[in-house]
Amino acid sequence: MREIQLEVLRYSPETDSEPRFETFQVPCQEDWVVLDAINHVKDHMDSSLTYRWSCHMAVCGSCGMMVNGEPVLSCKAFIRDYPDKIRVEPLANFPIEKDLVVVMDDFMEKLKASKPYIIPKEEKSIDDGEYLQTPLQLEAFKQYSMCINCMLCYAACPQYALAPEFVGPAALALTYRYNKDSRDGGKAERAHMFSKSEGVWECSFVGACSEVCPKHVDPAAAIQLGKVESAVDYFKSFLMPWSR
Amino acid sequence: MAVHSHKALIWLPFAAGGMLAAFVLPIMIVLTTGFLFPGALSYERAYAFADNWIGKLILLGVILLPMWHAAHRLRITAHDFGIHNDAAVRWACYVLAGVGSVLTVVFLLAI
Repeated sequence: MREIQLEVLRYSPETDSEPRFETFQVPCQEDWVVLDAINHVKDHMDSSLTYRWSCHMAVCGSCGMMVNGEPVLSCKAFIRDYPDKIRVEPLANFPIEKDLVVVMDDFMEKLKASKPYIIPKEEKSIDDGEYLQTPLQLEAFKQYSMCINCMLCYAACPQYALAPEFVGPAALALTYRYNKDSRDGGKAERAHMFSKSEGVWECSFVGACSEVCPKHVDPAAAIQLGKVESAVDYFKSFLMPWSR
Repeated sequence: MAVHSHKALIWLPFAAGGMLAAFVLPIMIVLTTGFLFPGALSYERAYAFADNWIGKLILLGVILLPMWHAAHRLRITAHDFGIHNDAAVRWACYVLAGVGSVLTVVFLLAI
């Protein structure tokens, strides 16, 4: 049993004019993660504490927050790796809805507009059989499909902080993932988000997105590779206007 | 197609210049310091290199592309450091690189 000081950012839009910190003394077990400590506060100290979580196993992507200034999944951040004083804040670069809950609308709109789903090259009936894919074709996009939309990369990205219109790491990496899928034919439909100024070109290749990703996706690589492809498409649109 | 940003025009020399600066320039510096090949940079040899079209083209590439790389990198670095007057920064960086490019071409043609 180890007692930690959990400093939690509190903000209630109805009563607070600005966010404040509240400190809780939390007795923690050796194998606890930060989310366990927050759950302990909710269950035993202050039931009004508001935050998102679901799976407790780094799959759902709900419990992302700033722990001692770094964006992490709180279910994957072990108390034993932190000092006795732990500061928990909502994800950076997003407006606060309440306490540790952020407003996700900006990300959700960008994600939706990016069309992150397979748009088949041609419709096939079930009788035509399955879409076959070689291991090499799978390798081209597999790592990018591991994204769980936890938005840690947006909280880490200094460019998103400076330019909120930037489409951002996760949405661009997912776009790249579907563009690279051999079953897909929707690249041209996604270009209005991917290849515009606020798409891949807004990235200044800091690489923080890839550092913080809990699923080891490399959005920075997807964006740089996307720049090469967008540049080629840019020139093709002049030299070969018939090629869409 | 209108969806493609013109930023590709700036980014391509930036990317190519970055590759050159990272991989080619260090080797050229080692080769031309004279430790490995004494006399490699003697006036006659350097002149002969710059006095034909292939040599001029290589020199143009290794001078011009890293210059555009530097211009774009400085512009982005200024932004990262909190200088958000992008119009002025962009103007200064790209005009400098543009003047440098013109001078490079002029001097190479004069040889």
